[in-house]
Amino acid sequence: MAIEGVDIVKAAAFLGAGLSMGLGAIGPGVGEGMVAAKACEAIGKNPNEAGLLTRTMLVGQAVSESTGIYSLVIALLLLFVV
Amino acid sequence: MEIETQTLLSIAAYIGGGVAMGLGAVGAAIGEGYTAAQANLAVSRNSEISGDIFKNMLVGQAVAESASIFALVIAILLLFLDVGTAEPLKAAALMGAGVCIGFGAIGSGVGSGFSGGQACCGISRQPAISSKLTTNMLIGSAVCQTPAIFSMVVALMLMFMDFSGQPLYPTWAALLGAGFSTGLAAIGSGYGGGVAAGASCEGIARQPESVTNVTTTMLVGQAVAQTPSIFGLLVSFILMFKSFPESTTLSASMALLGAGLCMGFGGIGPGIGNGMAAEGAVRWVARNVSRAGELMRIMLVGQAVSQSTAIYAMVISLVLIFVV
Repeated sequence: MAIEGVDIVKAAAFLGAGLSMGLGAIGPGVGEGMVAAKACEAIGKNPNEAGLLTRTMLVGQAVSESTGIYSLVIALLLLFVV
Repeated sequence: MEIETQTLLSIAAYIGGGVAMGLGAVGAAIGEGYTAAQANLAVSRNSEISGDIFKNMLVGQAVAESASIFALVIAILLLFLDVGTAEPLKAAALMGAGVCIGFGAIGSGVGSGFSGGQACCGISRQPAISSKLTTNMLIGSAVCQTPAIFSMVVALMLMFMDFSGQPLYPTWAALLGAGFSTGLAAIGSGYGGGVAAGASCEGIARQPESVTNVTTTMLVGQAVAQTPSIFGLLVSFILMFKSFPESTTLSASMALLGAGLCMGFGGIGPGIGNGMAAEGAVRWVARNVSRAGELMRIMLVGQAVSQSTAIYAMVISLVLIFVV
């Protein structure tokens, strides 16, 4: 199995793309779950503010999602651009 | 250094067996330790019913143990399996099988421990409903074993399927990737399902009349928490059953290995996160059962957002398999 320079660069980019999206997905997944758990707690305590709490949860999760999107962007750049 | 095929296969089987049992022992041991710790706490709180608590602890630990028994079975099979005159490709499959069940047993083992422990605590609080708590514990723990069972299925398929006729390059990477995909993704789903099951045992002990709502919310939450491991299973199946054109380039192999690692790692976070969301909802359904509908809705919305990163990981995996 002969390995050439261009090939090894491409191989590294593919492996890197997988690791970038894979590892990058861990944080947002856990973080957004924490937000949702606390939102459930808050609604359980104060059901009258369910609308406000849902909005706060979604905005918080959207911010936490951003690092997942960074990973996705880097993975796509590694796959198709560099 | 020229290695004969038979030697290569033995090396892969022995390393795979070691990895399977070494990693596979981690989860169940932690989970059972948690159960035992909570049982001690429960006995100190209410020592008159120490017999019931002790019994429940052992049942809960037995369920948690099953994840590592799966790993033990695969490890023994790998050590004594006679693969005959197989091709070098089988070595990758055997290694993948070991990795798959090794990682796959971690989450389910830890997760099952949470429900066992909380059920012990619950019995000390409400001895009258101990059979209800044990039943709920068993349902919750059974669901959180499924990711370990997925891993065992993939490991057995890797060991016993016939891959002869497939080109060695890049199929070796696909088979190894298949092991990583289901094995790693199972960590999150197993752990997440267990967190939800633990909260439901705690909740039922607090409000025994809420049991129907609590168990329903737990099962819905756990079902959503299972999805990342189902994505992992899907990617594993594609990697095992698709036939890849022969290519000796390193990049073709790394794309397939990368696909498996991407879905595997990508499934961990959303699995844990979905479980946490379910935990919050279950806990508060028990405390405020009149709002069960609203809590279920917010749980599902929160889980859907947390799921998104698993979907990104699956998209990247599929692009690595089918596009590049």
